[in-house]
Amino acid sequence: MAGNRNILWAILLILALIALPALVPRYWIYFAGILGINIIAVHGLNIMTGYTGLLSLGHAAFVGVGAYTVALAQSKLGLPFYLAIPLAGVAAAIMGVGFGLPSLRIRGLYLVIATLAAQFILNFVFVHWQKVTNGDAGLTVQPATIFGYPLNNETRAYYLILVCDVAFTLFALNVIRSRVGRAFVAVRERDRTAEVLGVRIVWYKFVAFALGSFYAGVAGGLLAYFNQFVNPEQFGLLLSVFFLSAVIVGGMGSILGAILGAVFMTLLPEFLRGGALAVGSSFGFDISLILVPLRETVFGLLIVGFLILEPRGLAQLWKRAQQKFLTISTVK
Amino acid sequence: MNPMVMFAEYSAVGIAAGGIYALIALGTVVIFKSSQTFNFAMGEMMMLSAYFFYTAAVTFALGPFFGMIAALIGSIAVALIIERFALRPMMGRPFIAIVMVTFGIGSIIRGIVGMIWGPNSLDIPAILARSPVMIGGLFIPGKTARAFAIAVVIVGALIAFLRYSRAGIALRAAAADQITAYSMGIDVRGVIAFTWVIAAITGCISGVLMANVNSLTPSLGLVALNVLSVIILGGMNSIGGVLIAGFIIGWLESVTGWLIGTEFREITPYVLALLILLIRPTGLFGTAEIERI
Amino acid sequence: MLRVDDIHLAFGGVKALSGVSVHAERGRITSVIGPNGAGKTSLFNVISGFYQPQHGTVTLDGQSITRLRPSERASSGMSRTFQNIALFQGMTVLDNIKLGAHTNLKSGVFSAGFRLGASRREEHDLSDAIQRDIIGLLELDKVQHHYVEDLPYGLQKRVELARALVMKPKILLLDEPVAGMNSEEKREMSRFVLDVRKDWNTTVLLIEHDMSMVMGISDHIVVLSFGKPIASGTPDHVRANPDVIKAYLGTGDEVAA
Repeated sequence: MAGNRNILWAILLILALIALPALVPRYWIYFAGILGINIIAVHGLNIMTGYTGLLSLGHAAFVGVGAYTVALAQSKLGLPFYLAIPLAGVAAAIMGVGFGLPSLRIRGLYLVIATLAAQFILNFVFVHWQKVTNGDAGLTVQPATIFGYPLNNETRAYYLILVCDVAFTLFALNVIRSRVGRAFVAVRERDRTAEVLGVRIVWYKFVAFALGSFYAGVAGGLLAYFNQFVNPEQFGLLLSVFFLSAVIVGGMGSILGAILGAVFMTLLPEFLRGGALAVGSSFGFDISLILVPLRETVFGLLIVGFLILEPRGLAQLWKRAQQKFLTISTVK
Repeated sequence: MNPMVMFAEYSAVGIAAGGIYALIALGTVVIFKSSQTFNFAMGEMMMLSAYFFYTAAVTFALGPFFGMIAALIGSIAVALIIERFALRPMMGRPFIAIVMVTFGIGSIIRGIVGMIWGPNSLDIPAILARSPVMIGGLFIPGKTARAFAIAVVIVGALIAFLRYSRAGIALRAAAADQITAYSMGIDVRGVIAFTWVIAAITGCISGVLMANVNSLTPSLGLVALNVLSVIILGGMNSIGGVLIAGFIIGWLESVTGWLIGTEFREITPYVLALLILLIRPTGLFGTAEIERI
Repeated sequence: MLRVDDIHLAFGGVKALSGVSVHAERGRITSVIGPNGAGKTSLFNVISGFYQPQHGTVTLDGQSITRLRPSERASSGMSRTFQNIALFQGMTVLDNIKLGAHTNLKSGVFSAGFRLGASRREEHDLSDAIQRDIIGLLELDKVQHHYVEDLPYGLQKRVELARALVMKPKILLLDEPVAGMNSEEKREMSRFVLDVRKDWNTTVLLIEHDMSMVMGISDHIVVLSFGKPIASGTPDHVRANPDVIKAYLGTGDEVAA
């Protein structure tokens, strides 16, 4: 019964999201598009870090691999988006596995360092492999087209992203509820026990890492189409911190958490900007200079705060609020 | 110029720069030994110390000597706050959660420094003389050479301290086996806090030295992430190994910069770290404590 | 069924097991007992594949599994419980039990992610089988949707047994299944083990300190002391063996129960 009610809510939410462009200003739609892309990327990191316990500090770089793959697949190979996006996912998965594989066999810190190395090395490649990536100037990307119909404004691209969001959320949900998802959690919680139960630990780490990187690549591909350009600056360490914060704030190991975390973290910089600008203008100084460091501070505070105080994140708070609401409504 | 002489000079400069890496690595390894916590905020702690030094020495015009003392006090205070309010509540939690906390702390410090002191580089009072040093016909930039000398002295003093002092012995006992150490009456919490103080000191000195050799910007800490690869290279549980690894990394950065191009310097440590992971994951000198699955 | 022959295991210079052999016959309950430090847990870890012995073989159903990894041993029909509860605390009872069937299922990422027919059927059949065979047998129906961390100790032990059973193992290894339980819980656990054997004809290998349980349900007992086998036979036979009595008197444990 609870399941049916959840499905009902999900359908209502999707209908509302379909109607959204008719109801709100265009700027919001741009924003919703970015949010949708972030949700896919955060699902990816949540599969690795949240469910399987594989901490990655290089998620932004894998998103970047996806974005560059789309830009290059389009300009060099002339691939349409429905081929370029899966290719972006596959390219990122291959990169992820390439960097991760040596350390997936070992416990602990080594994977963290390998992913950090991926972050710096891939970003270095984006900047310095001039011939292919055009360096800091970046590459332009033509909008995606479906049957000759170009998705050349925010609203049209928004629908593409919405479809992808629904598909990728469902896919993640299905995987998590299956034998594979149970194995992920088993690897995270007690790898010795998992092994006795017949779970091949290294294999499932590999699967989680490849799948998470695939999601990152797809998100990057969508981002390339959406912004219609790609440059290295978009995929720095700060973006990796951003994704990590989203996973932690939302609630590690929860699909709902990944979505809540992405929403919260995407909206947060806007609120920060709004708040800082308001404060700044009333005191009469230029606050725009401190926006980036302010963001870093707040991301860090959220990571530390949630890990110490509420490691199950917003998803847990949400659940608790729901239960409270239910008990109140049944009492009445 | 003769390429052999060039090579020797770049090598000397690199090894000299590696002295600071060794110092930072030492701070990270002591924390790891006492509490199995890997401190990703080490670079930021060191960067923050350099800003403390700048503020005390320049803004409050205390001069380099009192500036350094103020920076040490400030760094130790920050380290103890981090240990008490962020790491201690995380005791017993999963390893990666603790790593993420230190990573978050790094982000907080980076942000706060950016907000207070701004993104541009600041001129720090020169505590190191500029005049070049000649060693056996090799020309080494003055600041690098002197920073190296200071780093070596501090490292030597710390190692002697860890080896012979009561606190050092307590630390080694706690590193070997926390529970036994605890039952023998060693204050394990105190030992852990103490290692954070050591890390604050090495971080503060290396931060000020680094800011003298290069320049003072909020990204000074990011540069210190290089130390991570140093630590892998050295093997997490061997202090001697980590020190040697620091010199190797400094040397390699310098030589790569010369042979391939300066821009490659920044990724050299990471490429090396990946290679080590592939070939010898216990590090060059660590014992085989890493669990294969 | 399970044959462990002439195992020698040493850590550094310290001998943990020297020449231990245990044969668990099909459909019977075989127990390994011995004072603390006798090498019982080392023996289990050799059988599970966590320790590689210097000498000796482990055979399951005529197949040598001495060189297999722990996960491969599970696939060939071995399951076990742990002395210290090793459940996945953040999962429900049902999900924990389902994990036990990991090796019996086949779904990969794609069939699961796209909810292909085979994958759905597999999950469905598994749920049915658990409800039909396990939940009732071990009386877990009331708690199956609870999170494991919310359950009392004795019940958690039972969930662990359920998880080990769901794969329908050829050989079930139980590592001190009643440690830390009160006598009521102990009796229950003994009954469950006997039920399992009766209903499914499962072969059981048991390590236990609790003599009343061992003497009450075992068909065959092997006694270890300081890593060496000192006696084996039926409960009555073992109870009367002077070496056994000496080994136990030496440590103050009580063998007669």
